[in-house]
Amino acid sequence: MMILPCPWCGPRDQEEFRWRGQAHIVRPAQPEQTGDEAWARYLFARDNSRGIARELWHHIYGCGGWFAMERDTVSHAIKTVYGVGDTPPKARS
Amino acid sequence: MTRQAFRLPTGGRIDRSRPLHFTFNGKSLTGYEGDTLASALLANGISLVARSFRYHRPRGIYSAGVEEPHAFVTIGDGATTEPNVRATRQRLFDGLVAQSQNGWPSLRFDLGALVGAATRFLPVGFYYKTFMWPSWRWYAGALRRLAGVAPLPEGADPDRYDKINAHCDVLVVGGGPAGLAAASAAAASGVRVIVADDQPELGGALLSEPLEEHEQVDGLIRDLEQRPNVTILTSCAVVAAWDDGYFTALEEVGQPGDKAISQRLWKIRSRKTVLATGAIERPLIFPNNDRPGVMLAHAARQYVNRYAVRPGNRAVIFTNNDTAWHAAFDLDAAGIQIAAIVDVRDAPPSALMEAAHNRGITLYPGYEVTDTKGRTPIRGVTVERRGQARDRIRLDCDLLCVSGGWSPTLHLYSQAGGRLTYCDQRACFVPVTPPSEAPGLIRPAGAANGHFAMQDAMDDGHIEPHWGCTSNARTRQWVDLHHDVTLDAVHLAAREGFVSVEHLKRYTTIGMAPDQGKTSNVNALAALGLATGRTPGEVGTTTFRPPFTPIRLGALTGREIGARAWPLRRLPNHDWHAGNGGVMEDFGGWLRAACYPQPGESEDAAIRREVVAARRGMALLDSSSLGKIEVTGPDAARFLDRIYVNRVDTLKAGRARYGMMLNENGILTDDGVFSRLDEDFFLVSSSSSGTGDVYLALEEWLETEWPELDVIIHNATSQWATFAVSGPYAREVVSAVLPDAELAADRFSHMSAQAGMQGTLAFRLARVSFTGELSFELSIPADEAPRIWDALMAAGAAYTITPLGQEALDILRLEKGYLEVGVDTDVTTTPLDVGWAGAIARKTADFIGKRSLSRPAQADPGRLQLVGLEPFDRTALLPVGAHIIDPATRRPQGHVTSSCLSPTLQKSIAMAQLAGGHTRLDETVTVDVEGSSIQARVVPLAFYNPEGQRLNG
Repeated sequence: MMILPCPWCGPRDQEEFRWRGQAHIVRPAQPEQTGDEAWARYLFARDNSRGIARELWHHIYGCGGWFAMERDTVSHAIKTVYGVGDTPPKARS
Repeated sequence: MTRQAFRLPTGGRIDRSRPLHFTFNGKSLTGYEGDTLASALLANGISLVARSFRYHRPRGIYSAGVEEPHAFVTIGDGATTEPNVRATRQRLFDGLVAQSQNGWPSLRFDLGALVGAATRFLPVGFYYKTFMWPSWRWYAGALRRLAGVAPLPEGADPDRYDKINAHCDVLVVGGGPAGLAAASAAAASGVRVIVADDQPELGGALLSEPLEEHEQVDGLIRDLEQRPNVTILTSCAVVAAWDDGYFTALEEVGQPGDKAISQRLWKIRSRKTVLATGAIERPLIFPNNDRPGVMLAHAARQYVNRYAVRPGNRAVIFTNNDTAWHAAFDLDAAGIQIAAIVDVRDAPPSALMEAAHNRGITLYPGYEVTDTKGRTPIRGVTVERRGQARDRIRLDCDLLCVSGGWSPTLHLYSQAGGRLTYCDQRACFVPVTPPSEAPGLIRPAGAANGHFAMQDAMDDGHIEPHWGCTSNARTRQWVDLHHDVTLDAVHLAAREGFVSVEHLKRYTTIGMAPDQGKTSNVNALAALGLATGRTPGEVGTTTFRPPFTPIRLGALTGREIGARAWPLRRLPNHDWHAGNGGVMEDFGGWLRAACYPQPGESEDAAIRREVVAARRGMALLDSSSLGKIEVTGPDAARFLDRIYVNRVDTLKAGRARYGMMLNENGILTDDGVFSRLDEDFFLVSSSSSGTGDVYLALEEWLETEWPELDVIIHNATSQWATFAVSGPYAREVVSAVLPDAELAADRFSHMSAQAGMQGTLAFRLARVSFTGELSFELSIPADEAPRIWDALMAAGAAYTITPLGQEALDILRLEKGYLEVGVDTDVTTTPLDVGWAGAIARKTADFIGKRSLSRPAQADPGRLQLVGLEPFDRTALLPVGAHIIDPATRRPQGHVTSSCLSPTLQKSIAMAQLAGGHTRLDETVTVDVEGSSIQARVVPLAFYNPEGQRLNG
């Protein structure tokens, strides 16, 4: 049970949050012009990283806000927290 | 009742003024307050308490704590039954009922032991290798009945459970000397401290020592008890370590069957944690080392000092380290005859040798035990000089105290991600140093850190690893006492290539099940190491998983049972419905009236009466559970246009439209009417059970995909009560409440909406219909619900207005062919499958899920599509869920989703998902109803008044 740093509320228990999967999934700008394979990739293909993962979190039982978070899936260490629309921090080792 | 023949006349931490009565296998016995079930059984001279897991070997009490591998019993009877309780962990209470497990027909005469006699034909992996044809499933039932698990309790658990959250700066797990020292230091600095220990009193290992030793910490404990910043949790086992200093602990509060709380689950969040969890003594591996009368040396010491019980009359001590010598001295002091100390070391410390000599104890340094004789309990042991089988001595004894060294209790440390390393000098796994690498600011302390008090005071040679007996090799030596795994099995597994410790565990089942390898882990991996030419450190240890000790599902569930497991929401006007004959049931998480039977009327008759009233006269429905999500802002129309299958941008203010929402896979997720109350103000009406998900989905798209849109989404469902007035006089009834509102047919036509004030009453009114009749949905603030409902009922009295239950509504909507998302659709259903191709074709703009509707799967001619069915036998009700089958092949072609005998049409009607259904209108299909067939015609999805002139009136 991790403690997550909500950018608006500060550190809160994981129980208050909803995990919404991988961040930075880009919705094709013109779905009708997107081929079946590319559309399927958008729908289903997700990273399964051992190490750094960027994820969307929703503080559902708190302020209701959304944020993106960089987290180490092995150590569970939280690296950075940033806005949903923000550019992701540079990948690090 | 028996006297406690093995109780010492004095001493112990028991209260002799409080005798407790209990039964074991129906026999009445007594013990004292402060006893465990195990100590009380020993006090009564009971040495046989269980049959082993696989081979049904007789087993006794082996330990005095959580590591007990043998003495699993069932506590209680009837619904309070708790199986697989360790007798060594069960606090004795008056009236306790205990049964041994796995012995049939009785513990002493167990037929299952025949399996044990045949074990040389049942090697490890035997089941996997033998019971393969035709399928493992053929054999699993019978084999599992033989395995040593107790039957499940019958009936609901009557015990009550509690949960509590706690926060602290320092959590100290373990109330022994190391834990108390850490707690004391932390407490003195003023921070919040929690000390948790699984025993009923603090003291840890000192509880096993003579009383005077315990006095060292009495002062510390008294001081901690007085400090307001210290919380002491006794009988509270910390069972799991999670991320970021989060721990779960289980506190034993009452006893089974208590009306009060039985167990409490603590959820503790700590900034820093000290794991003073002590160490677990290891068995030694030698032939027949599992028999009753063989016991860990420290456990014997604990029974003598703490419980004032003689675990035997004449003891042999067998050890490879110093600690067992002190057990021998304490047993000797308690009057137990020490037949000998057998130490595998050639030269045990001289101070110990001298102390033993002074007590007149015979010593066998450089010897090992190679067999035990007798069964319940043992009558003696065979001792040999190591490596010289001819030098064999027989020693009589009824107790064999063994010690193979100590394993720091690092389960919590490992659960939290801490790494372990093997220490040759101490012959055990210890935490990796430096401690700065420890996860989540967790510090092991004391014995848990490999600091065994006695050893630190001594030089090398305090322990000599001894991983099995080489003499008498044909007799079985047990490595995992709980799961009945022998040294031979480990060697066989190694020969067959299971050289990873994780593979060994799964192949042989070492360290699995309730025991989790507490006594067997290190012995097993060391034996595997010897068989494969590796050190224990090279073999490594398996991953420890929570919980450390078993935990009842009831404790995890806590109070969230019965009505609290699934709390139902109530309508604002609930009291009226409940007080006027409403049969209140769960509809999509809401407590709503199924129907309103009149005195003497059956529910079926009431439902039919309500349907007829709605078709012929006036009906009033409480639809307050319908979702009311407000979407406002300059971009509200643009936003919703990207969500709905239907066009939103063309909707004029004051108008409403039926709409469908999809997820990005094109699957229909919800439907309902959306109204444009003003240019920038939409009201999204979602299904009663789907509102939460719709709201979250709208939020997610706005927040994560289109944050640039200027839109606010607000779920106002519970702020408004909504009543649907249906029937030819709906206008008259509504105008009684809203005399000033525009209701004229031409100015406020079907699919119109308005919001306003009638005096001080805020209202929203939509002319929409779920019944197919002229109908208005009136929303008013929730706290006005009773007043307005009464006013509508009063105004409708002249037209005998009838309250409408959910069952009648379900028939009314089915008669109209209105689908219900989640009932007539499932997680594969797209809007094309329900006949909405036209609406989609009319919308050129993109919306969520649109692209997925052109995936190849959508063109599959065998897709399930929603159609109507009418049985040729007008009275034959098609059961919901019944399969439509191809009569030739009997292959399924779809299923019935909604069905009723329509009171209005006087015939049976249904909706169904049918493969290729849209191309099969007027075809005859066969519905299989438990073997017999009903023929039905495929019809369009509108049974009643398909032209819709009634709702346009």
